[in-house]
Amino acid sequence: MTWYVSRRFLQLIPVFLGATLLVYFLVFSLPGDATAAICGERGCTPAVVTALREQYNLDEPFWIQYLLYLKGVLTFDLGTNFSGRPIAVIIAEVFPTTAKLAVMALVFEAIFGIVFGLIAGLRKGKLFDSTVLVLSLVVIAVPIFVLGFLMQFLIGVKLGWTNPTVSGDATVSELILPAVVLGLVSFAYVLRLTRTSILENVKADYVRTATAKGLSRKRVVVVHILRNSMIPVVTFLGADLGTLMGGAIVTEGIFNVNGVGLTLYRAVLNGDGPTVVSIVTFLILIFCLANLLVDLLYAWLDPRIRYA
Amino acid sequence: MRFTRNSRILSVAAVAVFALSACGGGSGGSTDEAATGGNTDAVIVVDGSEPQNPLIPTSTNEVGGGAVLDLIFAGLVSYDADGKTQNEVAESIETEDAQNYTITLKEGMTFTNGDPVTASSFVDAWNYGAAAKNAQLSSYFFESIEGYAEASAEGSTVTEMSGLKVVDDKTFTVALSQPESDWPQRLGYSAFYPLPADALKDPKKFGENPVGNGPYKFASEGAWKHNEQIELVPNEDYEGPQEPKNGGITFKIYQNDTTAYQDLISDNLDVLKTIPTSDIKNFKNDLGERSIESPYAGNQTIAVPYYLKNWDGEAGKLRRQALSMAINRDEITKVIFNNGREPAKDFTAPVLPGFKEDLPGSENLEYNPEKAKELWAEAEKIEPYDASEPLTIGYNADKGDHKTWVEALVNSVKNTLGIEITGKPYATFKEARTEATEQTLTGAIRSGWQADYPSLYNFLGPIYATGAGSNDSVYSNPEFDKALKEGLAAESVEEGNEAMNKAQETLLEDLPAIPLWYQVAQGGWSNNVDNVEFGWDGVPQYHAITGK
Repeated sequence: MTWYVSRRFLQLIPVFLGATLLVYFLVFSLPGDATAAICGERGCTPAVVTALREQYNLDEPFWIQYLLYLKGVLTFDLGTNFSGRPIAVIIAEVFPTTAKLAVMALVFEAIFGIVFGLIAGLRKGKLFDSTVLVLSLVVIAVPIFVLGFLMQFLIGVKLGWTNPTVSGDATVSELILPAVVLGLVSFAYVLRLTRTSILENVKADYVRTATAKGLSRKRVVVVHILRNSMIPVVTFLGADLGTLMGGAIVTEGIFNVNGVGLTLYRAVLNGDGPTVVSIVTFLILIFCLANLLVDLLYAWLDPRIRYA
Repeated sequence: MRFTRNSRILSVAAVAVFALSACGGGSGGSTDEAATGGNTDAVIVVDGSEPQNPLIPTSTNEVGGGAVLDLIFAGLVSYDADGKTQNEVAESIETEDAQNYTITLKEGMTFTNGDPVTASSFVDAWNYGAAAKNAQLSSYFFESIEGYAEASAEGSTVTEMSGLKVVDDKTFTVALSQPESDWPQRLGYSAFYPLPADALKDPKKFGENPVGNGPYKFASEGAWKHNEQIELVPNEDYEGPQEPKNGGITFKIYQNDTTAYQDLISDNLDVLKTIPTSDIKNFKNDLGERSIESPYAGNQTIAVPYYLKNWDGEAGKLRRQALSMAINRDEITKVIFNNGREPAKDFTAPVLPGFKEDLPGSENLEYNPEKAKELWAEAEKIEPYDASEPLTIGYNADKGDHKTWVEALVNSVKNTLGIEITGKPYATFKEARTEATEQTLTGAIRSGWQADYPSLYNFLGPIYATGAGSNDSVYSNPEFDKALKEGLAAESVEEGNEAMNKAQETLLEDLPAIPLWYQVAQGGWSNNVDNVEFGWDGVPQYHAITGK
């Protein structure tokens, strides 16, 4: 077990190196000169351009730039972005907000997805089941920005239950609406995944055995059916955490959340390599850790799975 | 691994549900403070964008930082709502030859840290801005001053311009390298703001918490919360034409206009200076009396580089005229912008002093399909059009909504001239700019210009003079350069403007770029504020806004 976990942690090293190299290269190959973004419509004098290129190592070949960045990372210095602000500070500013948003979305989609999926699965073909199936299909089919603007307009502007946008403090109550929008599509997937999985397990032999030996309906449903149906759902949720963290660009844009997605988006537009790489690397690490957690959860959900 | 109890995950979930629902209420109505403070105490929340650089006047070259700087600093001169230049920190700016200036400062002016505003506050700040080693983005604003070339040359270690001399605490002299009569007009631009002595010791640190001499100041250390908001309060010691009529200005930073608009119509935002394209059709209905359309000193053109095949020489000139006459500006501004733009009649903008709308040659900017076809045919006789590569109109797709009008324009030209022409989106602004700077464009490119200071020259010199920094077309015409120089050397601004318009006649014939329309600010405000007026530069007169 310990060996397994430490091996998984060691695997993070090549993942880190590979990911930073790849992402750095991709940003490097984006067309356009990064100083053009800094100088804006008016342009700068050639002397200023030269000085900027020196300052951000843009005059060095790719390998040198990458190694300089790695050297920085290893000495706990992520460097500065093109506005001259330390990248570490920027990450410390935006990560908590996005993490809060992502976890809230995850909680929303997990609870509602599993509960609705369970009920739908147990009452296959009934009104509840059919309604939920159709609704989830609609949610999956409609693009997220349409849902986002619609809910912002209805709940934020028309009904006035909450502000249409999130303030700098990004309090939990302000984040509820964005979190629901962010988690909506995954909610539909979790629901359908749970429902299918439940349907398969309801007919399993061990469920019949459990019922036959006189266990209460509640115990049969929660312990035998639900727990055994959770493996695909947990896999999905684990992978989704990473997506929610990095993929919230649209939602963050609609609700003006100062988070990871928008910071990343701006950095890509400006060709700001170090910022992009630092943020993406962070996301990758979170993704890897979430996956590790999922794998460990398997063992708990299904005792037949062992790690040695 | 095994957990003994399986209820743990469910109890965590239950707590989370409780937390979510408990926080559901009580969120609305928390930003109403703006409305309660009475007329002149109200804090006005306005839309802003994140400053891209530390807030140092000479390193700010975009509107997000510029809007903040204009409130916390006061220059030698300032511009009123109509773009008229008035003395601010300067007591007088005197010259006899438009080349050597003596500037005297008013008595008793201070920065908000208590330091007096002296002649060196200006001279040191300008020298800092111009010196190559400081790599200031706006360094070229000092190019007229004698000694700029030495200080700004690549790798130069010269830190002072020879043209700047401090006479005493309140007086300094400026020698320009050539006579320029509109030079005092430029001094209200942010690059020319003074800096307190401490600023230059650690500019980066200063840029986080700038100290100025303007109508407003930072509410506290760290009032700039990056990507969230910038909080300004009135500077009690400020005396001048921009006296604040409110209790402070808070720039709320938005990532896009659409979101800001939702906040505006629900009164969470007090002033929005740009209505998003998607709401242009209905903002007047939504806001009624609280909406405004106000022309400002900005325009949109398409630059057609001379290094493109087909577009140089005598035939090229005829084709440029044909292209210009094939664009139905009236129709496009009406249909696409809902009259939110004004068809262009010259290369500058109507709100500028000296503007004339009927310059000889301005008929080249009118839609005239017959004449366009004629001119095109004439060009064909001189040199046949090489249609192997269709003409493209480049635009950046990441900021602003240019796609719609570029397509309308393309169709207008296609229908009139029958040539192959398409829009060409660039993924990012920097990609488009890189090609323009390196002169590797493969087609025309859209180009917007917004005035730095209210002067015709600002729309002509930096864009069309030979070798100028933003000369995307790589235009060079000695006749134009000469007229421009004469305009600068004129004894008065009025005479100068006449010469500038003479220079424009050359442009209207050559059409290095094709003027499309003048910009109109479309903005709105909430139910909480009054007295919102937009200035000559399309920026609200923040100091004049009051609460209700």
